[in-house]
Amino acid sequence: MTRSESAGRIFAGIVRICARRTLPILFAWLANFLTLLAAIQAFAAAGFQTLSNSVIFLDLTGIIAFDAIREWEAARRLRCGFLGMGRNGSCVHTGKVRVYLKNREKGLWVMKHIAIGILGAATLGLMASAASATTLDTVKAKGFIQCGVSTGLAGFSAPDDKGDWQGIDADFCRAVAAAVFGDGTKVKFTPLSAKERFTALQSGEVDILSRNTTWTINRDTALGLNFVGTTYYDGQGFMINAKKLPGVNSALQLSGAAVCVQSGTTTELNLADYFKANKMEYNPVVFEKLEEVNAAYDAGRCDVYTTDQSGLYGIRLTLGSPADHVVLPEIISKEPLGPAVRQGDDQWYHIVKWTYFALLDAEELGITKANVDEMKSSASPEIKRVLGQEADTKIGTDLGVSNDWVVNIVKAVGNYGEMFDRNVGSGSPLKIARGINALWTKGGLQYAPPIR
Amino acid sequence: MQEHDMSWVRTEMALAQPAPAGVVGFGAWVRKNLIASAGDTILTIVGIALVVMILPQIINWAFIDAVWTGPNRTVCATVAQGGIQPDGWSGACWAFVNAKFGQIMFGTYPVEERWRPILVGILLVVLLLPMLIPSVPRKGLNALLLIVVFPIVSFFLLVGGAFGLEHVETARWGGLLVTLSLSFVAIVVSLPLGIVLALGRRSRMPVVKMLCVIFIEAVRGIPLITVLFMASVMLPLFLPPGVTFDKYLRALIGVSLFAAAYMAEVVRGGLQAIPKGQYEGADSLGLGYWQKMYLIVMPQALKLVIPGIVNTFIGMFKDTSLVTIISMFDLLGIVKQNFSDANWATAQTARSGLIFAAFVFWLFCFGMSRYSMYTERRLDTGHKR
Amino acid sequence: MASQEVLREEPSRASLINDPKVRSIFYQCLVVALLVSGVWWIVHNTIVNLTNLHIASGFAFLRGRAGFDISDTAIAYTSDSTYGRAIIVGLINTLIVAFVGIITATIIGFIVGIGRLSKNWLIQKICTVYVEVFRNIPPLLVIFFWYSGVLAVLPAPRDSINLPFSSFLNQRGFYFPRAIWGDGSWLILVGLLAGIAMAWFVAHKAHQRQMATGQQFPVFWTSLALIIGLPLLAYALSGFPLTFDFPKQSTFNLTGGFVVKPEFLSLYLALSFYTAAFIAEIVRAGIRGVARGQSEATAALGLRAGQALRLVVVPQAMRIVIPPLASQYLNLTKNSSLAIAIGYPDLTATTGTVLNQTGQAVECVVIMMVIYLAISLLTSLLMNWFNAKMALVER
Repeated sequence: MTRSESAGRIFAGIVRICARRTLPILFAWLANFLTLLAAIQAFAAAGFQTLSNSVIFLDLTGIIAFDAIREWEAARRLRCGFLGMGRNGSCVHTGKVRVYLKNREKGLWVMKHIAIGILGAATLGLMASAASATTLDTVKAKGFIQCGVSTGLAGFSAPDDKGDWQGIDADFCRAVAAAVFGDGTKVKFTPLSAKERFTALQSGEVDILSRNTTWTINRDTALGLNFVGTTYYDGQGFMINAKKLPGVNSALQLSGAAVCVQSGTTTELNLADYFKANKMEYNPVVFEKLEEVNAAYDAGRCDVYTTDQSGLYGIRLTLGSPADHVVLPEIISKEPLGPAVRQGDDQWYHIVKWTYFALLDAEELGITKANVDEMKSSASPEIKRVLGQEADTKIGTDLGVSNDWVVNIVKAVGNYGEMFDRNVGSGSPLKIARGINALWTKGGLQYAPPIR
Repeated sequence: MQEHDMSWVRTEMALAQPAPAGVVGFGAWVRKNLIASAGDTILTIVGIALVVMILPQIINWAFIDAVWTGPNRTVCATVAQGGIQPDGWSGACWAFVNAKFGQIMFGTYPVEERWRPILVGILLVVLLLPMLIPSVPRKGLNALLLIVVFPIVSFFLLVGGAFGLEHVETARWGGLLVTLSLSFVAIVVSLPLGIVLALGRRSRMPVVKMLCVIFIEAVRGIPLITVLFMASVMLPLFLPPGVTFDKYLRALIGVSLFAAAYMAEVVRGGLQAIPKGQYEGADSLGLGYWQKMYLIVMPQALKLVIPGIVNTFIGMFKDTSLVTIISMFDLLGIVKQNFSDANWATAQTARSGLIFAAFVFWLFCFGMSRYSMYTERRLDTGHKR
Repeated sequence: MASQEVLREEPSRASLINDPKVRSIFYQCLVVALLVSGVWWIVHNTIVNLTNLHIASGFAFLRGRAGFDISDTAIAYTSDSTYGRAIIVGLINTLIVAFVGIITATIIGFIVGIGRLSKNWLIQKICTVYVEVFRNIPPLLVIFFWYSGVLAVLPAPRDSINLPFSSFLNQRGFYFPRAIWGDGSWLILVGLLAGIAMAWFVAHKAHQRQMATGQQFPVFWTSLALIIGLPLLAYALSGFPLTFDFPKQSTFNLTGGFVVKPEFLSLYLALSFYTAAFIAEIVRAGIRGVARGQSEATAALGLRAGQALRLVVVPQAMRIVIPPLASQYLNLTKNSSLAIAIGYPDLTATTGTVLNQTGQAVECVVIMMVIYLAISLLTSLLMNWFNAKMALVER
């Protein structure tokens, strides 16, 4: 038998089988497979944030490819019937039937491998197609912004009784949502511990990290983040229980104290540096979560609580008897707290950065939540420009948002001053003075480049 | 000889004599069980002293002096702490648990949507109870409903986003809802996965066997926290850029894989206990590998290891409490989170909350262990030592 | 032509596809292919992610300055030490808590386990309640409970509870005098080692003599005298070099002395009590697993109850007890990672902090997993060896 002859026979066999049995089975099976896949995809889609690239989809393709082989075998066994079982349970025939069957087997074998190959290729293809889109596109596609916040720090980000997140950090995310969607409610919050926050941002679990995070060079470079600005200028301070420790009124008297601190923060590092620099001994009591630090301090496990000074005021409110505790005057570090985004997506970086600047510019120009609609028809060209009321303006669209983005921001959360007062300032239980967080025109540090 | 007098043989049974006064009644029981010897007496006295010291305090604290309802911390604080209780008062603050009950059950699940988890809970009870009672018929249909239909229905009910139900993201889930749903899914996933791993470990294919051994031993060798850490910190790095998992799903994967490794070892124990003759018998009948396992080996092996399986379930149920470390709010996490509520900050809050959480966990675990003992007795078809 | 060729074949030969060997190889190749592609995919993604995010990789960071302090350090450590040393400090803390926890859990577990088999009804019930309560509560909850209990019950440093030997107990821990070893204190160690060696030798000889002649020798008291007496003698000979550093009250806390922190204390107690409940069940099952005839036989031989337990019942029970006991020890070691919840700086906690400061998640998690795996495997090996030693030697 020549090679071409045998190849021809095999081919003929394949064709016959395809026509008679395999194709209907294959089609039926394929149909099942597709329905199954669709069901799985629908199921997975609800649980996953990105449907098209979902990993379960890929994995199942592999498993189904594996299953396919068994299906083939079952179909073959069925046809074989009891016509003589071979040693290994295979069909055994003689003469021409055997050749035919042998060819058919070979055909099946080839088909099987083709099927596996196709499925494998499909799997790989899906893997390859899982390329990254821009953050703005993905955010728009899913319809909301995922915002990383703290697990609960009064004034910055803490859930209220209804489970809605309140605070300056939470409001900042609402401002970005307002800029992107024109609707400040299109934001979802993910509470993150200090330890989780950076990976959560890096991996894309959250789109913005707005979680009273200190801006440092290490985080900008080694951790792959981009800080957009400083929404709150803070510094690390100390709090003690004045009732238990009368006579202590300076951090320099704290030698030998037990100090409660949250792990994985710059606070922890500053604390070590400060005590070392002042040649004092101390006893660190380190916890993973803020609530645990609070509870331990309240229970008297440590003498001193150290964190950002704004945080201390917020925490003091949650203690058993707030009046007993005093915040010591020393500020031992610079803690510029601000939102951060991932590196490598300049457009998103700009949107978040300019949302921050827009909040400041709005305050500077006197645009408030209450008067923003009137201001639209203001005579001042600057206000008109900022609010996107200039003819043929392209400021918003160039940024990747609508032209009335600033209007949306201010309508959603007010300007920076309003946001500050409502959450940490005079309008809140924290009653923190503006201090260095005032606008540059009022002697503070908050300064924004112009929107033009 | 025939004439001999048989009258000394009684024709009717004699009535049993009552036991001697020394071995019946309360006094005898005490003598036998409490003061059998000098050492025993000392032990009893120590035991009684222990009980007398502890029990009244516990009862006093938990019931008599406890505060059951109240609007805020004042009801659970002494006058010196700014409350209404007399100084030196110490009692459980069940009012705290009462006030936070909704959160402890559902976390921050939206209040107006809470009928959904409640409905799921009712469904679970309705489906599970007949499953657990042996005399109820139609076990097959019941199992199908419980294992296949119920998860799908409850998935849509809890997550929403379809059929006009509002979407509730898993970040808002919490409390008992998270604890139960995590452990239910982990149980449903880990048992089949564990069986597959156990079969893989006993497979004749060296590659498959090696992989299964490595997986099982590696997972069993590291703490669950590390697995959860990996799920929460490293998993995002393993995926292509832009692809993310829900945190809840990540924890679910971590817990399920972890449980599967333990389950695999339990199942393997059962497989090893099946005599070789059973395998050979199945082979001689011409059954294929999966038929052999499904029809002959597994029914016997699983019956043998029911206590082990339930123990693994109990362990898993308890282990779900670790997700609080990766900032998810399960039953324990939400109770702990509420300690920092200034409205309820008293000396008794933490103790009451933790005891309540412990009680809920205990109830479920104890129930499971008792049910397993009952099943074990019921399925024990001989071979009792 | 074709049919002739076919006929020459062995009639019952099956096709290649149904040959179990071929299929097994095929399946294995498939598994390997899937695995390799999966691993490749993960590695590829990770590399892409890390380069995109400009995160450094490699283990060079271990040599960097840590910058943070650790509360419990068994070896010298300051914020100037390296990240690597911080991880080692954590590892040592894990080992310490696991070691003392295992010892305490075993002791409590044996007592409770035997208590559950006691003929005394009250003791039996108390032990049962203990086991059923602790077995059915998550260990994390037990730890929280001990921690909040310890903090709530103990007084503030100013009104510490005074204990004998200048020890103090307060919220900040348990303070007791720290021994300062002067010159020549190595002699004491040598004395101790010599005492142990001689005690072992005496025991060996006594056993031989008993086997040969049936005469007994008071091994226990001799050993005790040797082990305590020799170090004391060395202590006197070297001129009493031991002094103590007593804890003293200062502004905030007691200073000086040796302190056991409440975090350690509550973790240790919680792990011991939790694991003891499981060990008790194992011990109970082990003792009940010894056939009743065995203890009846000891009675027939005239052994006393203590002797029967020590010479007949326990050695046999141990064979049943050891394998599950080993897995409980492993569980305890692994559960010590819950320390992170109450701020005891164990391996998980310190490595976690390092992870957070450096951002090198992959390396840190790998270090953590490898160390735990190594501990687990070592413990398994040790227990397997012990098990083999205890196994019944059959003739």
